[in-house]
Amino acid sequence: MFTSRPDLDAQTGPETTSAVYRRIYEWFGEHSESIADGGAELMGVETATTVRHGDDGPVVVDGPFNEAKEVIGGFSVLDVPDLDAAIAIARTWPMLDLPGTSVEIRPMVVDYSQFE
Amino acid sequence: MTDDRVTDGLLAQVLREETGPLVARLARRHRDFDLAEEAVQSAVAEALTAWRRDGPPRNPAAWLQVAAQRNALDGVRRAARQRRLAERLPAPCEVAPDVTSTGTDDRIALLFACCHPALAPEARLALTLRAVVGMTTPQIARAFLVSEATLAQRIVRAKRKVSTAGIGLAVPTDSELPERLDDVLSVICVAFNEGFVSTTGAGHDRDLAADAVWLASAVAAALPTSAEALGLAALLTLQHARAAARFDAHGDLVLLADQDRSRWDHEAIASADALLERAARLRAPGRYQLRAAIAAVHATSPSWEETDWPQVVALYDLLAAHDPSPVVRLNREIARSRTGSPAEALARLDALAPALASYHLLHATRAELLRTLGRPDEARAADETALSLTSNDAERRLLTVRLRRRPLDDGS
Repeated sequence: MFTSRPDLDAQTGPETTSAVYRRIYEWFGEHSESIADGGAELMGVETATTVRHGDDGPVVVDGPFNEAKEVIGGFSVLDVPDLDAAIAIARTWPMLDLPGTSVEIRPMVVDYSQFE
Repeated sequence: MTDDRVTDGLLAQVLREETGPLVARLARRHRDFDLAEEAVQSAVAEALTAWRRDGPPRNPAAWLQVAAQRNALDGVRRAARQRRLAERLPAPCEVAPDVTSTGTDDRIALLFACCHPALAPEARLALTLRAVVGMTTPQIARAFLVSEATLAQRIVRAKRKVSTAGIGLAVPTDSELPERLDDVLSVICVAFNEGFVSTTGAGHDRDLAADAVWLASAVAAALPTSAEALGLAALLTLQHARAAARFDAHGDLVLLADQDRSRWDHEAIASADALLERAARLRAPGRYQLRAAIAAVHATSPSWEETDWPQVVALYDLLAAHDPSPVVRLNREIARSRTGSPAEALARLDALAPALASYHLLHATRAELLRTLGRPDEARAADETALSLTSNDAERRLLTVRLRRRPLDDGS
């Protein structure tokens, strides 16, 4: 999961942004063997709508699920042997050059026998 | 009592040799770190009971291995039953004990997994002591003065993360090694410090400091081209070599200045010196090597009065470049106060005060300097400030003793 801070993103100049996007494109190429699913880049957090639990049934609200400074900007699915391999790839995520960005790594549930 | 302790020492020796490689091997075989660690931990607990009662078996490694394997298979079967999949799983085959394997690489790989940066720092320490060194949860809880429940929960969470997040049992690649090694070395260092400051005996059936020295030596042996690994092994060996002289007959700490140097382990000091020389030839200085070099100056000085203070100060200057923490700077000022005027030392110490206002040793050191300068009232106030900065009884007791020492030999 790729996260960033919109307040800091807004301060990034257009030239830097386009340079980073160029490198992101290359990044997907370089790691294509480990990327099981390119995932998606998400539209800005101002476009978010949240459906939340309510006592009288689900409630629809404007905005992200969590009022945090950091927002999720997208995700990709990696297929790698272990956490170290995932960290090694995450380290090279081009946007990490920009302040306020991070990459959160989470294992995916693959064994559903526990739910049987 | 004495006999008990000898047996405990033997048990500790066997357990720390065998535990790590066994956990690593079972984790690989069953592809489940959590299961393997739990199986070995139960075997360790069984061993402590059985061996204390009957004495260690002729082949403790095989004994432990058989017990751990049985527990692991039980674990597999239990899990399978829970999932009602028992029929579908092939029965795991019984593997003959493999007692010839040295397991050194396995142990180091396991150590890197337990000290992985993806784990919470306090969990790294607890997990390392259990999985790599073979301490039990109650032993670790006693050493760190935390409740067993808290510690057990910390370990469960960490083990689950190792399993689910895919933390591999492997020595990191060359490019990642220095950073990952640093994490490993700091865990060993913390373990040693905890063992070193707590008084020996009472309630402790495991000598944590000795375990840490052993672990540091194992890492140094496995990674002979990592200068800092050699440096930490040298540092801990040097500190531990003074263990016998650090407490008097009443169990109170003895100042470095007042220690009977003939009771130091001079063989260990010589071996640490050799380690340090090997490290120096690798030409990659670092903070552990420098701290070891400082400890070596003290360890090889015939008396307190003959300590080569200019050399100590020079080493602290280098250390401050690698580790500019206020605590290192405090120690440097203490060393400098031996070569210069106490008044100037006090002035420099006061410059550090804002960064170290809550560090009791700053105030304890100020108290000493003030006393030297003939300002007893201010000295007393500084001593009281130092005492007031402790929160619990154990720390207060420790500080009361520490207040009588000069915190010169950094880290102890």
